[in-house]
Amino acid sequence: MAVMKVHGNAMSTSTQRALACFYEKDVEFQFVNVNMGAGEHKSESFLSLNPFGQVPAFEQGDLKLFESRAITQYIAQEYTDKGTQLLLPGSKETMAVLQLWKEVEAHQFNPPSTKLVFELHYKPLFGMATDTAAVEENEAALAMVLDVYEARLAESKYLAGDHFTLVDLHHLPNAHYLMRSSAKKLFDSRPHVSAWVADITARPAWSKVLDLQKH
Amino acid sequence: MTIKLYGVAMSTCTAKVLACLHEYGAEFELVPVNLQNGEHKQPAFLAKNPFGQIPALEDGDLTLFESRSISTYVAEKFKGSSCDLLRSQNPKEAALVKTWMEVESQQFSPAISPIFYQSIIVPILYGGSPNQAIIDESAAKLGKVLDVYEKKLSSSKYLAGDFYSLADLHHLTYIYYLMKTPYGKLINERPRVKAWWEDISSRPAFKKVAPGLTLGDKN
Repeated sequence: MAVMKVHGNAMSTSTQRALACFYEKDVEFQFVNVNMGAGEHKSESFLSLNPFGQVPAFEQGDLKLFESRAITQYIAQEYTDKGTQLLLPGSKETMAVLQLWKEVEAHQFNPPSTKLVFELHYKPLFGMATDTAAVEENEAALAMVLDVYEARLAESKYLAGDHFTLVDLHHLPNAHYLMRSSAKKLFDSRPHVSAWVADITARPAWSKVLDLQKH
Repeated sequence: MTIKLYGVAMSTCTAKVLACLHEYGAEFELVPVNLQNGEHKQPAFLAKNPFGQIPALEDGDLTLFESRSISTYVAEKFKGSSCDLLRSQNPKEAALVKTWMEVESQQFSPAISPIFYQSIIVPILYGGSPNQAIIDESAAKLGKVLDVYEKKLSSSKYLAGDFYSLADLHHLTYIYYLMKTPYGKLINERPRVKAWWEDISSRPAFKKVAPGLTLGDKN
């Protein structure tokens, strides 16, 4: 099998999402840094990997993928027998429930949490002013999503069932940064959500992702 | 036991699932949800979808929501028939389908849905005026996404390859409504995107769904 390469930037939440999956599955890959400060993600050569000019991108021989959640699904499926089982392959029904909560992360949790991470983490990092109205609006939206999560996590330990899966993994980067911001209160005030976030962010594979930022 | 799909035929997300059900020739019952009466926010419906949105699906003991997970479930359930919208037998093709399904979710849909909402939902359901600034911003974003599609479709007939897949199907209902607005030009100005749209919207399964997409039609 050709070597797997992940092109990305350790500071990018989308790159982190993909990397978390590689570490959970304990598969070998090469991390190729993309210098976003220098605009490398908009260069011709990077656009040939991801025509949308965003990190991460994945290569294995002539297979080129992008979109972090497509990359993670490919790895989780292709290496189903290796490392952490990130799917629920028992039945069509368990896989359907996993797909459902995967869509919930993508369409309900991701939009407000991404905007909050931008306002509360990236903007300060780049010396830009936080838009407090945007923060209020997105905290309110995220609170409604987390109310649903609170009810769900009262019935199952993780979102798709009783095992950690790709669904929980997809939340890691945004949840991590929000727990280090004023938005942390949204998680702390919901006991099941709070316990779940503490659990998933304590996973060794996630620590390996964070370690990459130190190099 | 028949699959029950809770939703309304004119809704983009319900119709997305309808198109998939028709592609597979699946038997199902469309159970209307009275949005005007707020049925989708009542406890009985919230028990099916705690986010209070249509569609929801029931198949025996299984209840699902999120249109894209429902369509994926239908494609998995009826795998092995002559219809193959996920390409599950070929891991590389399946991965490309997943990639372009994510593109629809993360790039296309966030750009097109404000145009749909402002142009169609705001005036028709709320009697309000479209916010042109939002439309213009979204049209610019959508244009950039469609530029990528234009280039991609020069090397493959459909988005994930030379085969029709769920990645293409998920675009049908939003584009159908876009074509009712002046912003249909974003599709028409790009020859390969236009040809792709004409191809996918002429599929028999979609021809069964399109007549139900009546929002914005004058009665």
